[in-house]
Amino acid sequence: MWWRSASFILDRQLQDDAASSSKPESLSLSPPHFSSMADSFHNPNPNPNSTDTISAYYQTRAAHHGVVTSDWLAQAQAAVGGHGDDQAVPDPESRPVSGEQGKPFCVIDEFNNWRKQPDLAEAVAAIRALAAVIRSSEATTMMELEIELKKASDSLKSWDTTSISLTAGCDIFIRYVTRTSALEYEDFNSAKSRLIERAERFGEISYKARRIIAMLSQDFIFDGCTILVHGFSRVVLEVLKTAAQNKKLFRVFCTEGRPDRTGLRLSNELTKLDVPVKLLIDSAVAYTMDEVDMVFVGADGVVESGGIINMMGTYQIALVAHSMNKPVYVAAESYKFARLYPLDQKDMAPALRPIDFGVPIPSRVEVEKSARDYTPPQYLTLLFTDLGVLTPSVVSDELIQLYL
Amino acid sequence: MDPRRAPRTVIDPKVRQVGFFAPPGRSHSAPPEIVSSSSSSSPPVSDLSPSGNSLSPVMIPPPRHSSDNRPVPLPPVPASPLRRDSIVSGSYNPSDFFTATSPTASSYVSRMVAVGEGEVSDDVAAVLSPGRGLARGSLVKAFAAPAVTGASSLPSGGFDLTAVKASSVPLSGLTTVSVVNLPPGIAESNAEKTGGGSVEVQNDIPASSKPQKEKSTKAERRALQEAQRAAKAAAKAEGSKGPGAASASVTQAKPAKSAKAPSQKNENASVVGSEKKGGDRAQEKDRKKDVPHPRMQYDDKSRVEKAKRRAVVKQTEARNRVELFRHLPQYEHGTQLPDLQSKFFQLDPMHPNVYKVGLQYLSGDISGGNARCVAMLQAFREAITDYSTPPEKTLSRDLTAKISSYVSFINECRPLSISMGNAIRFLKSRIAKLPLSLSESEAKASLQSDIDRFISEKIILADKVIVKHAVTKIRDGDVLLTYGSPSAVEMMLLHAHELGKQFRVIVVDSRPKLEGQLLLRRLVGKGLNCTYTHINAVSYIMHEVTRVFLGASSILSNGTVYSRVGTACVAMVAHAFRVPVLVCCEAYKFHERVQLDSICSNELGDPEAIAKFPGREENKDLNEWTNSENLQLLNLSYDATPSDYVSMIITDYGMVPPTSVPVIVREYRREHFWI
Repeated sequence: MWWRSASFILDRQLQDDAASSSKPESLSLSPPHFSSMADSFHNPNPNPNSTDTISAYYQTRAAHHGVVTSDWLAQAQAAVGGHGDDQAVPDPESRPVSGEQGKPFCVIDEFNNWRKQPDLAEAVAAIRALAAVIRSSEATTMMELEIELKKASDSLKSWDTTSISLTAGCDIFIRYVTRTSALEYEDFNSAKSRLIERAERFGEISYKARRIIAMLSQDFIFDGCTILVHGFSRVVLEVLKTAAQNKKLFRVFCTEGRPDRTGLRLSNELTKLDVPVKLLIDSAVAYTMDEVDMVFVGADGVVESGGIINMMGTYQIALVAHSMNKPVYVAAESYKFARLYPLDQKDMAPALRPIDFGVPIPSRVEVEKSARDYTPPQYLTLLFTDLGVLTPSVVSDELIQLYL
Repeated sequence: MDPRRAPRTVIDPKVRQVGFFAPPGRSHSAPPEIVSSSSSSSPPVSDLSPSGNSLSPVMIPPPRHSSDNRPVPLPPVPASPLRRDSIVSGSYNPSDFFTATSPTASSYVSRMVAVGEGEVSDDVAAVLSPGRGLARGSLVKAFAAPAVTGASSLPSGGFDLTAVKASSVPLSGLTTVSVVNLPPGIAESNAEKTGGGSVEVQNDIPASSKPQKEKSTKAERRALQEAQRAAKAAAKAEGSKGPGAASASVTQAKPAKSAKAPSQKNENASVVGSEKKGGDRAQEKDRKKDVPHPRMQYDDKSRVEKAKRRAVVKQTEARNRVELFRHLPQYEHGTQLPDLQSKFFQLDPMHPNVYKVGLQYLSGDISGGNARCVAMLQAFREAITDYSTPPEKTLSRDLTAKISSYVSFINECRPLSISMGNAIRFLKSRIAKLPLSLSESEAKASLQSDIDRFISEKIILADKVIVKHAVTKIRDGDVLLTYGSPSAVEMMLLHAHELGKQFRVIVVDSRPKLEGQLLLRRLVGKGLNCTYTHINAVSYIMHEVTRVFLGASSILSNGTVYSRVGTACVAMVAHAFRVPVLVCCEAYKFHERVQLDSICSNELGDPEAIAKFPGREENKDLNEWTNSENLQLLNLSYDATPSDYVSMIITDYGMVPPTSVPVIVREYRREHFWI
């Protein structure tokens, strides 16, 4: 980056100090080149290697959706190379939890069991896992139970900091527990069973939410329209499925969705429904945008500003669509609403994901491994949620009512 | 960052419109009001339509209203002064009659009666719609149809356009003035006839500017005359509201292109300014005769006179008042302080602590939203400690009056900030809610603890929460820019420094206050890495900035940030450079008002301050200029930053987008009062 104002010298000094103190090896690797300076300056995480774990969330997704699942994972591991040991990172974090609880039961194992089900959303899995905590809990007062739950949810959250819906799901459930104080129930056991029941219902809600969203969005899909879809989203698939069942005539453009090729899977599903599908490589979005009538995307998380965090590439599609005045619709269940407020792309905990380029990459070439990006609200037209069709600014309203 | 809500054109979703929706070109809400307001005096108001759809001289209410109307009986004659007031003001201020009158026929009828003031109303009603109380809209239509004669097309479109126009006029008094334009002859004739009402204009305009309007029927002309007479009688009865009624007609008139005599314009300006609050004016008068409204319109001569007579602080008016800001108090600065100090012993009703705080405001010793608010609350707390209820009075009433007089004193020293206004509202509501069973000492103790809690919860703790949130947005290597000396941002910077974050601070400052220097001194004293620059250099320095942190005096419910003058400039530049702008503001400073510009409500500082250059000899020239009639010095204290430029607002309720301000105001307004 070229600095037009002179005080960048100060930054360089700081940068040099920081670099010489903390990262001697990176200096030796790469010459003190100006661009690398700027890059490391903008990197929120000055020491990316230490946190270079592969996002568990995306591993699950890959396992669920992968067209190329098992061999892909193996490939990925091979491509990432020396990071196999990083897989062990979650374990030490989960261990102290089980140690603290002093029980064989472990939230994370429970959670892992649940999330193996491909149709179960991550948030629902988290809530089920927390329900299991309640079930196995030996607490005798509401307060005790709350503390236990809090611990469990914290350990879940810290187990995978990259998953927004996991965090949001935990938060919502904890919120529910703290809101339904024991005062409303005559005794502790009924409160407890009520909570478990509620947790069970969350799973249904998650299915129901998809149905609601699909119904709501039907009004927006008109005959003869062309829909651009990015990534694989169960909600978006449900929307398109319902539209196809309603005998709507439309065609779908699927992006390829590198690196995990989620677009391929979506196109598979859509051809089963007899919907005309065209596959695009990710870089052909702008090229085809003038044929497109609307963009449909899912979301990993909906943040407080009303923007969304979604698979890498959503932001640029939204930008292109915005500049061509095409509506961008987001389908997301309300349990994906998270109390986050990223200001820009680098303002999130990065979720990393291995990328296979097919050819060996020279070791000094850096690879952008982030799996998702943040789309600011001004590029989104509407959000279809189970709370209704919302403009982005309503998200914050709902969040405030939910959490405050 | 981009505007949060970019203008949407084609991208708008295909919204299914359900139920009532107006066909394109019609406004949703306006037509009924127009019907109700204008038809009272005379049907052919539509020829005043500014868009010049002159083909339909007759008002025809849209059919759905006529069907709405049917069951509405004659409402009671508005005998109360309040009712009359609101209606009278409605006849010349669109903003008022939109609120004051209801869209249905009831208001239509009531206005008719109101104008007639009982005397001629029957005639008017009879002429206009013989079957009064029945389907008025349709009857008027039927009656008017022959009157249209030549004017054939779009009978309803005509007044719909007026409606659109009228409702699109911004609802501030200032803008209304600009609408008030008439052909000179008409304007003068209107001004001369004292009790015109809107009738005359409508009589005159057809005659002078729209020849085809002469084709009105006899019945219609008669209706006009009757209504005119009625309006005159009404105006005479109103007496004191003379000037208002006189120019009432003018506002309604068509905004023709001709200019008016300046004197008349001024008169109108003052009238419109004073009538801005039209509806609640009478109410207000009754309620608190002794306390001037904190946002008094200073271009209203009579009210200013009254306020002056009551005033404790002797203010000399500035010689050259800035034209656009006449509605704000513009005084000579520096003269009041010695005067007040000398009067200290003559002012027995004022509590010394309140007095002290007032003087500190006046001299500028206490500045900054939080500091001012805390100082005021503490002064009130002391005053409550020393308060004892006079015999034969109740604590809640007497204390409220007392507080009101303190507030008006403080307001004279320096206009209240919105945050102080909120704090005062809180205190007064607490006083009002005191249970009668409490003894005096208990009541006082509870009020004092309320004040303490307000200070600690809404200000001190809120700041801590804000700091906690804001720190999460600072990363190592950031370059933070701040403007002026916002207290929350200063705390946040110091806290982030304590946490060991590596960042650099750019303090942007501006004349004449140079508050940034104080902030700079404190930050550098704590060992932060700082850059100090002037606001002139902000576009240069913005390249390297990664975050802009700003404070706010208040945040209004459309997300507008009302803050130290210059903030909007900094935010705009940051926005242009795609740098996120974060505003730190405690939630007690939120206000449900909406403001679009910095003109209609602002505070003017000492104009001398910007003319003077301390420590320079060659500035003598400018000092002489200040005596010139042609020079008006404008030293604004605040400006309004549009929400588009704000990425995030950090409050004690977390980090929210500017669009969520009304949510917080809605959800927590009650809590502010109940605590």
